[in-house]
Amino acid sequence: MVATIIAMVLIVAGVFFLTVSSLGLLRLPDFYARTHAVGKSETLGSILVLSGLAVYNGWELNTVKIVFILLFVLIANPTATHAIARAALRTGLQPWTLQQGTKKKKD
Amino acid sequence: MIKQHYQSIIVQTICSLLIPFIQLFALYVIFHGHYGPGGGFQGGVLLAVSIILQRLYLGIKISHQKFSPRLAMAFAAVGLLIYGLAGIIPMIFGGSFLDYGNLPLFWVHDAERRALGILIVEIGIGLGVFGTLVLIFDNLVGERW
Repeated sequence: MVATIIAMVLIVAGVFFLTVSSLGLLRLPDFYARTHAVGKSETLGSILVLSGLAVYNGWELNTVKIVFILLFVLIANPTATHAIARAALRTGLQPWTLQQGTKKKKD
Repeated sequence: MIKQHYQSIIVQTICSLLIPFIQLFALYVIFHGHYGPGGGFQGGVLLAVSIILQRLYLGIKISHQKFSPRLAMAFAAVGLLIYGLAGIIPMIFGGSFLDYGNLPLFWVHDAERRALGILIVEIGIGLGVFGTLVLIFDNLVGERW
């Protein structure tokens, strides 16, 4: 019973962070800002959801597999975001500034 | 615009740390294929992905020295050979194509021989898919080898 409540709290928090990250992906103005939104909060959201599932499942073999997936997401997701943002910076994509935004609105 | 031609040390470290685990998971998927989800094709794809990840983070030239495309071609040929032999040898011993019960492994029990035949075919498919996908990637990149 206690484990179920803990799992529910973790999964709801994870779903909140995933919602925030998808909102950031849709609403933020720039490539770099979008990678910022996705790289951090989506990693946190999926880690929270997976740990909630692991707590709900109890001590089993499947829990160990879930923990492996959790570690993989924890390592690989920020690295992929870093690689993508670094490649964009090296190919010369300029970051968004407030002046560009106001200019585009006036045009 | 930034012009610095050095590798990102984060990407290098994480990729070289992840590749052995990807290969281990690929072997698990191949050998666990007839008990659960997975099988030869999926395991071969995972093996090929580990080599393609190495190609991506090390650069084509160094990675070709570490795992050459000719070796990938040899892996694909060996996989096809294993599959073909596992199909044709039962025909010689009086069965039909891929009839594992007629494999000449006389010291193994009958039902166990069929399971072993499935495992042999899965290994063949895995090696073939591994070599072929690495070759497809190398040909798409277009570097001379």
